[in-house]
Amino acid sequence: MTRRLAFALAVLVLATLPFWLTNSYYVNIASQILIWAMLALALNVLAGYAGLVSLGHAGLFGMASYAAALSVAGGAAHLTAAVLALAATLVASAVFALLSLRSTGISFLMITLALGQILWGIAYRWISLTNGDNGINLLSRPAPFGISLESPQAFYLATLAAFLLVVTAMEIFVASPFGASLCGTRDQPRRMTALGYNVWLIRFLAFLFSGLVAGIAGLFFLYYDKFVSPHALSLATSAEALLMVISGGTGTLIGPIAGAALVVVMKYVASAYIERWNLVLGAIFVAIVLFMPEGLVPGMLRLWRAMRRARRARAAAAHLG
Amino acid sequence: MPNTIALALGGSGAEWTVPAMTLWLLLAINSITLGGLLFLLSAGFSLIFGLMRIPNLTHGSFFMLGAYLGVSFLSAGLDFWTAALASAVAMATIGGLIERLLLRRLAGNALAQVLVTLGLSFMIADICLMIWTGDPVQIETPPALRGAVPIASVVFPAYRLAIALIAVVIAGMLWLMLDRTRLGAMIRAGVDDAPMARVVGIRVGRLFSIIFCLGAGLAGFGGVMGAPILSVYPGLDADMLPLALIVVILGGTGSLVGAFVGSFIVGFLYNFGQALFPELAYVILFLPMLAVLVIRPQGLFGRQA
Repeated sequence: MTRRLAFALAVLVLATLPFWLTNSYYVNIASQILIWAMLALALNVLAGYAGLVSLGHAGLFGMASYAAALSVAGGAAHLTAAVLALAATLVASAVFALLSLRSTGISFLMITLALGQILWGIAYRWISLTNGDNGINLLSRPAPFGISLESPQAFYLATLAAFLLVVTAMEIFVASPFGASLCGTRDQPRRMTALGYNVWLIRFLAFLFSGLVAGIAGLFFLYYDKFVSPHALSLATSAEALLMVISGGTGTLIGPIAGAALVVVMKYVASAYIERWNLVLGAIFVAIVLFMPEGLVPGMLRLWRAMRRARRARAAAAHLG
Repeated sequence: MPNTIALALGGSGAEWTVPAMTLWLLLAINSITLGGLLFLLSAGFSLIFGLMRIPNLTHGSFFMLGAYLGVSFLSAGLDFWTAALASAVAMATIGGLIERLLLRRLAGNALAQVLVTLGLSFMIADICLMIWTGDPVQIETPPALRGAVPIASVVFPAYRLAIALIAVVIAGMLWLMLDRTRLGAMIRAGVDDAPMARVVGIRVGRLFSIIFCLGAGLAGFGGVMGAPILSVYPGLDADMLPLALIVVILGGTGSLVGAFVGSFIVGFLYNFGQALFPELAYVILFLPMLAVLVIRPQGLFGRQA
């Protein structure tokens, strides 16, 4: 009950955000957080619920951006371009999954990294198709039902709608028998096989779902910047997305969203004071892995609980004494 | 950027008017040079992977940082070979510190170790950018090797031959170390079955440190050796790491022969891919790796896990 109330309250706050946060600069940051949160949620399906850490998701994310930008440049309408882009991303996800699901653990990570690098290499080097390092511009944002999304406020609300759709889909997915069986393949793959589940197929479908959501995030990334360059597909982007997932806490719904907010805000705050964002990113990465491996949200909860227990123990001791 | 290696070919349009035979030969020499450099990089990468079961994602950074340190040592007045050795020693120390202070704390948690190496690679890249700025630096070829060597009516650039020769010598030394010494036997035991090696009294933890120092040192040395050809620039790390990754997937983890053969395969694929299909060079590079993954997942020279 409290959970639902909190969710409704959060939606209310997010939906009214452009009305009380009047500065467009902050509204744009909020849009970015939502876009990156979608990518983090996508990666979380694999890294969190399936126990398969992918370092190639920026490839799928950027591929959706490129596919949409190229389709629009080729004369397609925005809706057609978006559908084409998501279809292409699904196909790429299927190929990724076919090749990488031959293994788990570190090998899975390496294969996804290599596959991501191939897509990056295509974006970077196939200059006649992708315009290389100069990237591709998008002339205008789409205007669904004739509503222009050119203003930061309108774009934010459209992104929020997509974001809520993704979160709802994730909620349903996590609570579904399929979500439970995916967690089963993470914790006890052999037992799941013995029980008659097709572990490979479960992981494959999870990969497709994850790729699709990453593609949706990629579309909004393109619409936000109206530009996409090979950097979107780089290892740095994959690593950033992974940092969002693990900093917030893998295998939870709120964790990747909190992680995305944290990383995006830090990126903006850090870039206002220092040039060295990558140094900060790397340092946080190392610090979180060393000191709070379960993520900031569960880590903070653990600290808080430990503190409360200590206080209670002290109170009990005082009472006895 | 990656096409530096192709530019080192000559780059000017006049290149293409030379007789076809010579062009192929030039490409082949460049491939062998790159193969030698890749071996210096990936021998350590492969041994670390074989022993510690983690891909060390800072390995490309070791190569780049080693090259930058070489630049600084050279400008401090050292000659080329002393600078290369000093850089190797410095990188071995840094690698040892990373293993001791960070990776050891996460023993048994491979994923956390990989993430730490990834985080470190971002930090090293940014620190290099801070110290040596964003402009590419070119190291001069050592004077003794500036000329060309005529072999059977064809003229070979001496420095490129020297790199290939050094790679072969180091490969031989590594092989002797692994195959003939007590330390080598312990390392092989650790690669084959680390828990069992522990049981028979081998201090596998100490092997980790040794291998990490060795790998980082070789990568740093390779960075300085490559600098006259590739030059040193921000992003060199990100260019080299995927190549090492392909070498090891092709050759098999923990296999010295695999790293050697894989390095030259990748060297040839890269240079010929660049020359023949410049736009798809990257795809061509990764296709054999995908084929190996599908047909022989343990790599050409790796053993079935």
